[in-house]
Amino acid sequence: MCLGIPLKVVKLKENDLALVSMGESYLEISTVFTPEVKEGDYVIVHAGFSISILNKDELEEVNKALEEAKIIYDDKGKG
Amino acid sequence: MEEKVSEEIVLYHGNGGDGTKELINEILKNLDNDILRKLGDSAILNLKDKLAFTTDSYVISPQFFNGGDIGKLSVYGTVNDLAVCGARPLFLSLSFIIEEGFLFSDFKKILQSIKEASDECDIKIVTGDTKVVEKGKGDKIFINTSGIGIIENENRDLSKRKVEKGDLVIINGGIGEHGISVMLERLGIKVDEKIKSDLAPLDKLILPILDKFKGIKFLRDPTRGGVATVLNEIANKFSYEIEILEEELPIKNWVKEASNILGIDPLYAANEGKVIIIASKNEGEDILKFIKQNRLGVDSKIIGELKNDGNRVYLKTEIGTRRIVDTLKRDILPRIC
Amino acid sequence: MMIKEKAEELVNLINKISKKEINLMEFCGTHTHEIFRYGIKQLLPKNINLLSGPGCPVCVTSQSDIDYLITLVEKEDFGVITFGDLVNVPGSRGSLNKLRLKGKEIRVVYSPLESLKIAKENSNKKYILIGVGFETTAPNIAYTIIKTKEEKIENLLFLSLHKLTPPAMKAILDMGEIKIDGVIGPGHVSIIIGRRGWLDMFDKYKIPFVITGFKPLEILYGLYKLIEIIEKNEQQLINAYPSSVSEDGNKKALELINQVFIIDDAEWRGLGILKKSGLKINEKYKDLDIKNYYDFKIKTKEIPGCKCGEVLRGIFKPTDCPLFGKLCRPDNPVGPCMVSQEGACSAFYLYGGESE
Repeated sequence: MCLGIPLKVVKLKENDLALVSMGESYLEISTVFTPEVKEGDYVIVHAGFSISILNKDELEEVNKALEEAKIIYDDKGKG
Repeated sequence: MEEKVSEEIVLYHGNGGDGTKELINEILKNLDNDILRKLGDSAILNLKDKLAFTTDSYVISPQFFNGGDIGKLSVYGTVNDLAVCGARPLFLSLSFIIEEGFLFSDFKKILQSIKEASDECDIKIVTGDTKVVEKGKGDKIFINTSGIGIIENENRDLSKRKVEKGDLVIINGGIGEHGISVMLERLGIKVDEKIKSDLAPLDKLILPILDKFKGIKFLRDPTRGGVATVLNEIANKFSYEIEILEEELPIKNWVKEASNILGIDPLYAANEGKVIIIASKNEGEDILKFIKQNRLGVDSKIIGELKNDGNRVYLKTEIGTRRIVDTLKRDILPRIC
Repeated sequence: MMIKEKAEELVNLINKISKKEINLMEFCGTHTHEIFRYGIKQLLPKNINLLSGPGCPVCVTSQSDIDYLITLVEKEDFGVITFGDLVNVPGSRGSLNKLRLKGKEIRVVYSPLESLKIAKENSNKKYILIGVGFETTAPNIAYTIIKTKEEKIENLLFLSLHKLTPPAMKAILDMGEIKIDGVIGPGHVSIIIGRRGWLDMFDKYKIPFVITGFKPLEILYGLYKLIEIIEKNEQQLINAYPSSVSEDGNKKALELINQVFIIDDAEWRGLGILKKSGLKINEKYKDLDIKNYYDFKIKTKEIPGCKCGEVLRGIFKPTDCPLFGKLCRPDNPVGPCMVSQEGACSAFYLYGGESE
């Protein structure tokens, strides 16, 4: 289980390893599934491996969709 | 006379004769005081006040961890059990059960740690014992302590305080640090020194607030089982529903991230430098301000209150919903304390 | 607080648009856990019914697999390396944890790569790493197997209990025991298989499907999108977790799964044997497969009264099981749904269910 939460990559190491920031400290993970990862990227970590690089553009989707939806569903009908 | 210096502790050291003398000499080298050096079968103590008396055993693995070791833990843990009852810690007994093969150098390190910790708390180790067991019949080293403290005045006697509806729940800092940091080490996850146990003695934090504020109703240190367990004990003991607020829980970022990674709720993870204070509503803010001035209380927060008659603990989540915080029913990972 | 306000906005939207009585099923243990942890059900209108499907990999491990494992460890001199929850699952002969009492070495790890270290540091002892989990965990075990072979480590073998999510979903939908109006798609599995990984299933069943994340706002957002398309009678497969899930998934992860495993039939607790639903270590790596050396059938005793099967299929709520809260509790679990933190019974018990 264990939540795959986005953690920031702070240092790339050899052998497909990297350090991700874990609050005030670091965690070492394997980046073998995200070979294109760069320092500064956020990754989703599961059982010691990064499995996805966070796409920052898509993060705003919740906010955007909320704004659109508020307009559509607002009873006061503000267009 | 040449001192015999062994590399490993073996069954011979448990023979009660010269072997055991080696261990005792090492103990005295580090923990010497007027009572201990008498090496009597009992320590004779002259005390007139009301006494607090506690006992504990320490079986933590690994014995050396970020933020401390089993020696320091055995001293601070006992001191804290006395402090939360309003007692000034004075004397400790110390018993070791050592598995043969344990390195003498590790034993020395632990003794040095115990010395530092007992000096810091102004307590004397006055009596003790050592035993050595065969390989496989113990796990490196177990420590048992008992502690004596004195309740010096009426202010520090909590036995007659009355817990009431509206009382506040205060904690002196971040939750889950000991349990989560030890768990990370046990699972083989490489961590740096910033991730460490919150192991600390609380007597100098607690005793002054008891002297200053009459509104302290109850104290307990959330060790095994964490804050959730202690709050459930309190709710049950005094028959009040306790509500805590997720937004107000002090928690270090690494604890938050690590607990998500591990799938452990920090509310159930052990703390070794924290105390839960149940305080009257009208003194709550003042108590908070006061403990924040102590280096062991900088992150103190009021995290909840005793709301109604009842006996359960609830958490108001950060999205505004409410859920139960139940008692711990599963084995998170053994040997955390 | 920003999060509370955003949550309120999403809840308001859901309340505005939701009219139909619908059942929404999630297929991910982490969703089960987080939905209960955040009391999500309290926020939804009464006409929305949230169901937990077979999304907890430990919970769906069959009784016979557990019995095989325990018999193996009892008889042979292996140390066991595993992820947390599996140690407490009871088989017909006790659990792995009880084997610890008999002197067997049972090690819990966070990352499977830790097993390489354990094997190297204890070269005179034999170990089995148990691979349990869905598509999210399988790549990690695949990589560990590859590394074991590369580094010529000889005292580490693997037991693959890995399973695939789409076949379970199809089985539940085929069984038709309960009307499912929409699926809350598992976010982590989708990271690996991509939105495309569901197309096959979606084309056949045309059921509204929204891939959802795990933070409380992400869950509410996913629910909102799902309820919206159901209300509009639209059959869509939506990725509502695009920050992490792509169209094609994680190519490298899928590559490694294919390198090490082949798809095989597998037995699921509560669902029986599902065709092509499990991952078996393939010919190339069979020297590392424990089943290659010890392949025996065990006579299994089903636990009387345990309704994990029905709970996993969503037709029973935990409270419908006669053992729930009485004989079966987290401190004394009878079935895996109570053992695992991701199990519906455990989450329900721990977080107070729908009482609040």
